[in-house]
Amino acid sequence: MTAIRGAARIAGVYEHPGRHLPGTSLPQIHAEVALGALADAGLTLSDVDAYFCAGDAPGFGAISMAEYLGLRLRHLDSTESGGSSYLMHLGHAAAAIAAGQCRVALITLGGKPRTGGAPPGGSMNDSRAPEYAFETPFGAPTVAQYALAAQRHMYEFGTTSAQLAEIKVAASLHAQHNPHALLPRPVTLEEVLDSPMISDPLHRLDCCVVTDGGGALVVVSPDVARSLDRTSVTLLGQGESVKYAGGRIDLTYTGAVWSGPAAFEQAGLKPADIGYASIYDSFTITVLQCLEDLGFCEKGQGGPFVAEGNLRAPDGLLPFNTDGGGLCNNHPGNRGGMTKVIEAVRQLRAEAHPAVQVADCRFALAHGSGGSLGTRAGAATVILGREDV
Amino acid sequence: MSKLPVTLPDPAALTEESKPFWEGLAAGQLRLQRCDDCAEVIWYPRGLCPHCGSVALAWFTASGQGTVYSFTVVRRTGGPFGAAVPYMVGYVELAEGPRVLTNIVDCDPGQVGIGQPVQCVFDYDEGGRALLRFRPVT
Repeated sequence: MTAIRGAARIAGVYEHPGRHLPGTSLPQIHAEVALGALADAGLTLSDVDAYFCAGDAPGFGAISMAEYLGLRLRHLDSTESGGSSYLMHLGHAAAAIAAGQCRVALITLGGKPRTGGAPPGGSMNDSRAPEYAFETPFGAPTVAQYALAAQRHMYEFGTTSAQLAEIKVAASLHAQHNPHALLPRPVTLEEVLDSPMISDPLHRLDCCVVTDGGGALVVVSPDVARSLDRTSVTLLGQGESVKYAGGRIDLTYTGAVWSGPAAFEQAGLKPADIGYASIYDSFTITVLQCLEDLGFCEKGQGGPFVAEGNLRAPDGLLPFNTDGGGLCNNHPGNRGGMTKVIEAVRQLRAEAHPAVQVADCRFALAHGSGGSLGTRAGAATVILGREDV
Repeated sequence: MSKLPVTLPDPAALTEESKPFWEGLAAGQLRLQRCDDCAEVIWYPRGLCPHCGSVALAWFTASGQGTVYSFTVVRRTGGPFGAAVPYMVGYVELAEGPRVLTNIVDCDPGQVGIGQPVQCVFDYDEGGRALLRFRPVT
């Protein structure tokens, strides 16, 4: 056990209902989700004393956004690790709360890739990055980098396209209950396999959606949580890591092999204790590899594990992404970590859609990846507990 | 020569430490660095060994031979490669150890599998600078 376990609670969450927001500026999306999450917690902007944002925040990161939101801060953090950023922020916020540096931390995400325009700041396309000259000239879009991992996983373990497709099918069955989902229609295995090949072996329906939008979390100290009327969720464990090619890339595993065990150890739990999992699903292969790396099945057995229907809510062994995930619901700013935490909180508050609500959900896991599965990526895992456990 | 765009990084984006690599490609040689202290062959070129932290690195000319570690056929994309689809992106495991991101060229996409032996080719731009790509060998 470490100081993180129980040091902080998530008291408010908010997922922007918009999926295409051409008439709303990026800072205003951050503001709308901030207000939404604070209202959910029963707090206001004046209660916030710590702020966390990643590379999607415009301008000078937390400094620009603090001014826009009118925050008075004594702690700030602009850790940027792509889609996993917000799960890293959760751990950092808990550590800061445990150290007495803040009591109410706000974490925001906003993005407008569906509208288009300039990509978020950050880094992956910075020509000064040391790897840039050795990878950029080869025309490997993001999907190709994940496809390379899928191809190698198939070669080593016999994983099939149909097994990957089941991940999309399960997500689509969940999305039909989400009125905000971009793609609410259930799809069949055949539809996934018959969709156009984008980068072998990944089809169009192996890829996540592109949406505008955002989300926010309010993380508070236990004493603040007790003063609120709203049900909160306890942060039991968090782990983070970075995986890189290092000249000897192994495409069959992700940084979850480090972030997962670290989170479970802090929480004092094991994979079998988890009733619900939010797994960042940039592509179907991302979910498959992370399920293995987090210990929900043996390495290489992700294909059979998902093909057995284990991901389907509410009765599967490990219901996942019950909002429809990035594959069907929402992928704001091309960063999936935030919505993963939000749906895990809904499950632990028993506020998921009744058709996908996991019965007696006591412990949930959320996992985010950021960057490219094939080259370099951040990974962060959080384990959350229901208020009464 | 492949039919893919040969778009080298802006010279200003190249690090001082990696210049011998790019000069080697222009001269038709694949030059890699080996660590004098831990003997690892490192990738990508840089000013220290990421395996042991040593700055004692020595350039040598590699064989240019390798095998396909993984591959994909890009069938839809935007930008300068959009008109080149379908084309292959892969990781090639060099005979000297490193696995490098590259294109597999001079073959029909999809004919190449994991484990396929390959040989490096130097894809020149109009200015005589080159990219490192690979073609299958039988």
